[in-house]
Amino acid sequence: MYRTPRLFLFAAPLAAVPGRAVAAGMPQLNFHDPLLIGQVVWGAVIFGGFYLALSRFALPRVERVLTNRRTRIQSDLDVARKAKAEADRASAELLSARHEAAEQARAHVERIQSEARASADAHAAETAKRLETEIANAETRITQSREQALSSLSEIATSTTQDLVTRLIGTQDEQTVASAVKRVSA
Amino acid sequence: MTGEASVAAGSTIDALGQFELHPVLGHLGEALRFSQSPLFMLIAAAVVLVFLYVGMRPAAVVPGRLQAAAEISYDFVHDLAVSTIGENGATFFPFVFAIFFFILAGNYLGLLPFSFTYTSHIAVTFGLAIMVFVISILASIRFQGVGFLKHFLPAGTPVWLAPLLVPIEIISFLSRPVSLSIRLFANMVAGHVLLEVFAGFTIMLAGLGAFGHVLAVAPIAINVALTALELLVGVLQAYVFAILTCIYLREAVAH
Repeated sequence: MYRTPRLFLFAAPLAAVPGRAVAAGMPQLNFHDPLLIGQVVWGAVIFGGFYLALSRFALPRVERVLTNRRTRIQSDLDVARKAKAEADRASAELLSARHEAAEQARAHVERIQSEARASADAHAAETAKRLETEIANAETRITQSREQALSSLSEIATSTTQDLVTRLIGTQDEQTVASAVKRVSA
Repeated sequence: MTGEASVAAGSTIDALGQFELHPVLGHLGEALRFSQSPLFMLIAAAVVLVFLYVGMRPAAVVPGRLQAAAEISYDFVHDLAVSTIGENGATFFPFVFAIFFFILAGNYLGLLPFSFTYTSHIAVTFGLAIMVFVISILASIRFQGVGFLKHFLPAGTPVWLAPLLVPIEIISFLSRPVSLSIRLFANMVAGHVLLEVFAGFTIMLAGLGAFGHVLAVAPIAINVALTALELLVGVLQAYVFAILTCIYLREAVAH
């Protein structure tokens, strides 16, 4: 990928730079240089120390922080989950309590309604009965009054007729008048 | 790259002078064979350790930027080791981490002016590769006993092919440290020679007067681009070295 242009770029100046640098050789390959071997020995020592410092101190420290965070997040999540479960339970209780209360209220309303209906019915029936008796009484009274009135009607008619006849002709025959009235009123 | 040594007297560019080793600390360094290469190894190791130490000092549950960076580098190499090597990956994780960051820090420190790139020395990269090689052989013996030798005859091969295949497998096995070391060494050397040569062009062109001053901008622009490329190559080569280490170790611990 990026390698090809890079190698080309690398080759170009090497071709452009004549002689000396290439002829002198790479310092990295000058194995007679005691410093070259020295850096390998030093490198081994330094890398060893670096490794020990990392594996004993630096990395376990990072590990501890990461573990702490993981456990803390886990415990927080557990607490949150527990709280949610409790809230769910409380909410379910509340719902069922509300449901129960609604049921009770409905039953209560129905009972009161039926009671009211029953008492109204009873009241109406009583009133109707009373009215009926009163009507019956009134009818009896009316019948009596009418009979009374009807029975006294011929008497009044007879006496009125007798008076009229007396005024008209000065005399009267009770028997005749009575029979005449009877004839007319029949 | 060592800027001051970039241009030799006259018109030639000393592209390889930057790889020369010089003793530091005067006579003491000379006596201890202590050149700038081990010095930069020390600096690299210190930079990585300080980065981890300072980064993880808050040890916060919600990390800051530096702590997040330290944790990401931990997680990155940890995932690499565990996913490549397998269940025994955690055992080798500090080793892979040390390899990756030793090389990465070396590559990146080498990009700073006046610094030294110890990964541009074949002796260093070969030393690292041999270490990986020896450790993978030791791990093979530890996890599989002498039975690991049967890997030199791939499973399911007809027996009559063995005289041909076994030497091939042995050669490919032995060439691992060579390819591992030369890949890193060559990439680093190529990149640094290029940077040096183009920097040299700039100075040579600048000597040509006003016209050269204008032209001298071009190699600088190329060097800027090359530096970006070297940043990519630096992390890529460290990654390649680390993942090949993981692959060799997986073969060592696999049954």
